[in-house]
Amino acid sequence: MKSPELGSIDVQGMTRQSFVVRGAVAAGTVYGVSAVAPFVSEALAQEGGGDVDILNFALTLEYLESTFYEQALKDVKGLAGDAMEVAKTLQANEAEHVDALAEAIKGLGGTPVKPPGVDFGGAFASQAAFLKTAQTFEDLGVGALNGAAPNIKSKAVLGSAGSIVQVEARHAAAIRELNGQPITEAAFDKALKEPQVLQAVKPYVKS
Amino acid sequence: MHDDDTSMQELVRDDSSRKRFLKMMGGTGAAAFSIFVAACGEDEKPKKSGASSSSAAGAGRKRDLEIVQYALTLEHVETDFYDAVIRSGVIKDKALAATAAMIRDNEQEHVDALTAAVKNLGGKPQKPQTSFDSVIKGGAKKVLETAAAVENLGAAAYLGQAARIQSKEILAAALSIHTVEGRHAAALNKAAGKSILPDGAFAKPASMNEVLPQVKPFLKETS
Repeated sequence: MKSPELGSIDVQGMTRQSFVVRGAVAAGTVYGVSAVAPFVSEALAQEGGGDVDILNFALTLEYLESTFYEQALKDVKGLAGDAMEVAKTLQANEAEHVDALAEAIKGLGGTPVKPPGVDFGGAFASQAAFLKTAQTFEDLGVGALNGAAPNIKSKAVLGSAGSIVQVEARHAAAIRELNGQPITEAAFDKALKEPQVLQAVKPYVKS
Repeated sequence: MHDDDTSMQELVRDDSSRKRFLKMMGGTGAAAFSIFVAACGEDEKPKKSGASSSSAAGAGRKRDLEIVQYALTLEHVETDFYDAVIRSGVIKDKALAATAAMIRDNEQEHVDALTAAVKNLGGKPQKPQTSFDSVIKGGAKKVLETAAAVENLGAAAYLGQAARIQSKEILAAALSIHTVEGRHAAALNKAAGKSILPDGAFAKPASMNEVLPQVKPFLKETS
């Protein structure tokens, strides 16, 4: 572990703020405040806006995916066979993810974001173009949730995010096989930071 | 005690699953397990504000070690399985054999990473003794179905532990392995003629108590 101090700060069953502060005080007495401060600020910086913000980030991605497959089923020229079956399944899954995430956000007292405006450009010009973009979205979904999940505070929300990200990984593998690509790039999936993800989806989002 | 400790609490209460668990984890695991149980009990008592964060962090670290060793055991089972399958030459289909070799290499990388993580947490990495003779004797179809089952189980096992992991770094590592297991599971399910999504839109987790009995047939009894 690169920063064992983070582990000692990360205590379950207390509110984050209280244990971050308490942990910092406890750790500071052992290591000296200046040694601990960078880890504490890192931990606080990673907190961002909390679970509702993370869920809304995930919801935006699921809206994008769901709309992508919905439009694909109508617009992709020559969509047939396995590719069409997969598109149908994935569309249904992403719609279920949208509903579940919106419910979870409301459950935490938050307001679900509205679906983003979309423009998928030439992604529906052919089945090959569709599958290529689908692979981008599914791999991105995996990286986005893997990157965000460690910052989730609620154990229940973390469990739901894990349950969704495994399904995204299964989607990614299925699409990659249809593209004749290896099912995974590496033995470890990447964890993407939010700005990286937002940059990657930018071409498809119309503000 | 937090509600997500349930499966470990079941292990504490259920004597037979505890024995199973200890057998798998070997001597060092057993010692660590005892320390964990002690730490866990301590954690249940009302805490004074000053000492609580360090004792809870200590208990969390012990539990992280147990989880990482558990994951390492599963990854050893997977790696050994693909090694045995590849050695046997039972899979004649070239594409499927290539997939098995690729997945085997992924599992080996998981073993290496988790071995290092166990050491980092102050543990002694345990390697189970495995045997897959009965599966391989069953032929290519049986091997493929078992591979799919093992990957689905592995993915569910990681998902079952995610919310129990204390360290952010270990959680991030577990998640990055979890989704790769999910990818393996989807590809092998497809190859076996099964749905890539056996649980639908939401993957189901499995607790240690659900996972370990399913792994047991592949473990050699060691005395």
